[in-house]
Amino acid sequence: MQNSAIIKTENLSKTYPLGLTALKALDTVNLSVATGEFLGFIGPSGSGKTTLLNIIGCLDAPTSGSAKVLGQPVESLSHKEAARLRMNRIGFIFQTFNLLPVYTVFENVEFPLLLLGMDAERRRGHVMDALQWVGLADRADSKPAQLSGGECQRVAIARAIVKKPELVLADEPTANLDAKNSHHIMQTMVQLNKELKTTFVFATHDEKVMAYLNRKIVLADGRIVKDEAGGQKSNVRDQKP
Amino acid sequence: MIRFLLKGLLRDRSRSSFPVLIVSAGVMLTVFLHAWLNGTILNVTQSTAQFKTGYVNVMTKAYAARADQIPNDLALLGVDTLLASLKQQFPDLLWAPRIMFGGLLDIPDEKGETKEQTPVSGLGVDLFSPNSPEWTILNIRSALVRGHLPEKQGELLIADELAQRLNIQPGQKATLISSTMYGSMALENFTIAGMLRFGVGPMDRSAVIADLSDIRQALDMQNGAGEILGFFRDNLYHEERANAITAEFNAEYPSNDPENGAGKFSPIMETLRTQSGLSEVLDIMAVYMRIIIGVFVFAMSVVLWNAGLTGSLRRYGEFGLRLAVGENKGHVYRSLIVESLAVGVAGSCIGTAIGLAFSYYLQVHGIDISGAMPKENAMMIPDVVRAQIEPATFVIGFLPGILATFFGSAIAGIGMYKRQTAQLFKELET
Repeated sequence: MQNSAIIKTENLSKTYPLGLTALKALDTVNLSVATGEFLGFIGPSGSGKTTLLNIIGCLDAPTSGSAKVLGQPVESLSHKEAARLRMNRIGFIFQTFNLLPVYTVFENVEFPLLLLGMDAERRRGHVMDALQWVGLADRADSKPAQLSGGECQRVAIARAIVKKPELVLADEPTANLDAKNSHHIMQTMVQLNKELKTTFVFATHDEKVMAYLNRKIVLADGRIVKDEAGGQKSNVRDQKP
Repeated sequence: MIRFLLKGLLRDRSRSSFPVLIVSAGVMLTVFLHAWLNGTILNVTQSTAQFKTGYVNVMTKAYAARADQIPNDLALLGVDTLLASLKQQFPDLLWAPRIMFGGLLDIPDEKGETKEQTPVSGLGVDLFSPNSPEWTILNIRSALVRGHLPEKQGELLIADELAQRLNIQPGQKATLISSTMYGSMALENFTIAGMLRFGVGPMDRSAVIADLSDIRQALDMQNGAGEILGFFRDNLYHEERANAITAEFNAEYPSNDPENGAGKFSPIMETLRTQSGLSEVLDIMAVYMRIIIGVFVFAMSVVLWNAGLTGSLRRYGEFGLRLAVGENKGHVYRSLIVESLAVGVAGSCIGTAIGLAFSYYLQVHGIDISGAMPKENAMMIPDVVRAQIEPATFVIGFLPGILATFFGSAIAGIGMYKRQTAQLFKELET
């Protein structure tokens, strides 16, 4: 396990204009996340967890302060540089799966590899590996509409990890799943965290997710109010940066 | 990557089939409307030229000044020489001397007493000269519905509608009562050879057609003709050429030059546009056609632009995902534009093909509008109006088809740059 910081923020703030006033979504957030962590931003709606996740994912820029993700300063990245960073090193998992409905499971998982310009043979190998990790190799030719919610989210996980990114960001990944599927999904991600050494960062207020986290960063009104390490179900790691 | 995007485009009907269908429908309507309006104007022009004015028309200056009254007392004389000169000077046109006349047609009973009498408008045309162009110009063979074509002097063709009204049959005798070019009463006996139906209201109501030499004899117009009409061989009005011919001809007969015999009986040539106020009518029709097509193309463009716009706006969630996965905005935008162009080109090609097929059908078969025309209509509008395909018909549909779809997508795509990436990302969840 490496202990170098994969994410580091200093006095990170984000303000959104709101008519004549401004909404402070993040307020001087200082944070350091080490490689291989399995952590979550926890808090109610409006606490700033999705905003923080967006900045870490280079989808948004801070208003002030700095955020370094995978060694890159988010605030000074151009659109192209941010896209390249996401394409090569960051995976996303969404609340609503967001699979492309016209493509098969295989093609959905294959999409990030196409952007990387990988040749067809290597793509096939990587996609089938990713589908095997999430237990859906036999559904490669199915369309998303033929899958259950849990299976869709597993495809989304396969899509996020197929390029073996160093960082996976998951925004409320279990919000649309029942308890059984939520646990299944979390167990899959814990396993991937262990096997691939991928850092997972969640934004959640789902207790089922919290139970699996090594580290819980509690946000309220855009500030970190608590940063605590916790036991991870079926997880062997015990660390705190 | 291109294959991947193409696969998605073909599989997603809301991105391919439906937009292509909408574009096709809009383009088809545009193409058809263009061909139809074009055909309507062409039909009116051709009918007017065919029966009334020619594409160019040689008359005496005095006749031209009162042409609407058909003043045969001011007709051309020495026509053979003038005709030969016209044929030599302008061989690209067909030249046809005609005498238009009015009069009464008297139908006698068995005892020779008047049974029926009706006013007619007549046309003396060259029916018996070898290579007479009138058979083709007036399409007499196709217009014959009863009886036979004139085979000898003294035979008369009569509009079928008029014949039915007078209850006369082929072979019956008829007397034309009119006035000679010198103002005396003219009486000439004819035999009804056959009945014609031209499909043009004014001709079908009261026309009679006789050989030019018979009418010359009846109206005492030896070697005379009211007009010598010139027709382009492709039966299309070429305005620039008509103007050039007219200018060249008229330059030989300067006005008010008595020494050159250029008095009121000297010939003057006019084009189709300059006769009987036709220029205003044609200009108005052309303007209306442009306005109608312009409004339609604009409306179609707005519809298709809107379709492109909403189609792209609907996909902001997908764009958000693609951006999140690592595709850059420029690539997403370019793929959107290429997609819209593909849809525009496919829809325009299909729409143009269907529009052309439909137009071609109506160019061949036409639509019978005689029921909608007033009985007393005096305009040379054919009963069957046909569409007309011209080179512009092939391309006009591409204007709304490609450009509107392209701009719709291009404008919608700009939204990607205006929105923060995170906002697009957020739209994934909606």
